[in-house]
Amino acid sequence: MFPALSRKVYGKNIVYFDNAATTQRVKSVLDKWNEVSIHSNANIHRAVHRLSDEATRAYEEARDAVRSFINAESREEIVFTSGTTAAVNLVAFCFGEAFIEEGDEVVVTEAEHHSNLVPWQMMCKRKKAFLRVLPINDDGHLVLDKLDSILSPRTKIMAVTHVSNVLGIVNPVKGIIAKCHDRGIPVFVDGAQGIVHCKVDVREMDCDFYAFSGHKLYAATGTGVLYGKKKWLDAMPPYMGGGEMVGNVSFAETTYAPLPLKYEAGTQNFASIATLKPAIEFVKLLNNNKLTKYTDSVKEYMLNTLALHSKVRLYGVPQGTSKDKIPVFSFSVDGVHHEDLALVLDKMGIAVRSGQMCAEPLMERLGLTGVLRASLAPYNTLEEVEYFVKCLNIAIGMFA
Amino acid sequence: METLKEAENAIVEEFSMYDEWLDKYEYLIELGKSLTDYPESEKTDDKLIKGCQSRVWLDYKFDNDKIVFSADSDAIITKGIISLLIGLYSGRTPAEILSSDFSVVEKIGLRENLSPTRANGLVSMIAKIKEIAAENV
Ligand SMILES: Cc1ncc(COP(=O)(O)O)c(C=O)c1O
Repeated sequence: MFPALSRKVYGKNIVYFDNAATTQRVKSVLDKWNEVSIHSNANIHRAVHRLSDEATRAYEEARDAVRSFINAESREEIVFTSGTTAAVNLVAFCFGEAFIEEGDEVVVTEAEHHSNLVPWQMMCKRKKAFLRVLPINDDGHLVLDKLDSILSPRTKIMAVTHVSNVLGIVNPVKGIIAKCHDRGIPVFVDGAQGIVHCKVDVREMDCDFYAFSGHKLYAATGTGVLYGKKKWLDAMPPYMGGGEMVGNVSFAETTYAPLPLKYEAGTQNFASIATLKPAIEFVKLLNNNKLTKYTDSVKEYMLNTLALHSKVRLYGVPQGTSKDKIPVFSFSVDGVHHEDLALVLDKMGIAVRSGQMCAEPLMERLGLTGVLRASLAPYNTLEEVEYFVKCLNIAIGMFA
Repeated sequence: METLKEAENAIVEEFSMYDEWLDKYEYLIELGKSLTDYPESEKTDDKLIKGCQSRVWLDYKFDNDKIVFSADSDAIITKGIISLLIGLYSGRTPAEILSSDFSVVEKIGLRENLSPTRANGLVSMIAKIKEIAAENV
């Protein structure tokens, strides 16, 4: 089902534990990409001929699939982007243009990926607004008690990650959103990790924006989704100008296309976007109970092994049940540099991440120069996790 | 003292004894551990080599006309690599250092066996050694 996983590295079967960075593509995704590229390659939305019609259909079917997957009210609320980062930049820019004035405040958290931090910071700088930060505690959980004192009458929007790509802890976004809404503050949720492991219903969550990347969800790279409530998408100005995002164009005045095309200027990455549909179908298949049980037991095993390991310091231990944690395990080993461990594990056929994980402020908060991160996907097996633990112990032994 | 060429050939020979990359890493780890004399007070930003994922400090002084390098890193394999490099190039004149083509790192397979980000680190280390030599001819 995952052609990439059948290869070997250094003569060993690949154990791919870098799924939080990108997942491997499921075969139906590769087939869809090929089908559109070979069979129906024509620019979308523009022509009346057959090929264009097929390509447009594949693209718009992906929009329908996304809408129903996250239970958005209408397809107009689904904007395609090149990824989560692009979606955050879009909202930070457009929301900033429409609603932020000098002296206003934007709230983020201490656990954000750079992608859900830097765009807000740039906007604040441009608008002479202030960035305020909701802290985490030593265990990596958001300090919700502080939220009330951080939100102020000048807070215009809050951006929070559904799940941190370092800690793997599922944040109580629903409660945060309710609290913000009590004060009339909209909330942007970075769902890059959340969408992969949690059931997301944007209406139930009541978020104002939700963004994620296709490539972390078994779809092709260069694909992203921005969900936005219609009232916000209507109220904000467009992001980029160009083809397809327009109503009427003249030198004196241009009107804009209706949603969602207003935010989709220029030729889109349509062959890749089309793969969101088979990717979502695959995720739905995964959610059947038998498989969930197995992946839960693999996660549980990994969590217990690392949490109880005498040399390992695990960041992001769930407070309640392991349901509050996705299978993302960042840790350090006392006295051993993360880069050394990653180098040795690589030669054993294991792909893990080492470094700052695009979350420098979080690393600073944890007092670290970096971590080692193993992140699992449903195609990872218990045997692989056991092999990983064995290799990790050998690697630690090499540096003792 | 053996010539630089002889020292480089000896390292290539040493490495060729190991078939497995893990054994080469063991060797680098030992080399890294043997590098102990770098003072904490010299771990300053101006001595950091840019372009490495882990932190690498490189300092030097003169012993008559010869450059004596010292180095440290917070990652041990990287430290082994810089240790290997300064083992070769320390205690030599700038002209001697610049006479090397540094092909030794290719011959022992270091460059292609490091991921691009780490290979960049290696390139940066070599560039820094060359730069120091060139500044002092
Ligand atoms: C939590 C989080 N936010 C944002 C991003 C950025 O995603 P992308 O690089 O696909 O735009 C990532 C992935 O690296 C992530 O894990």
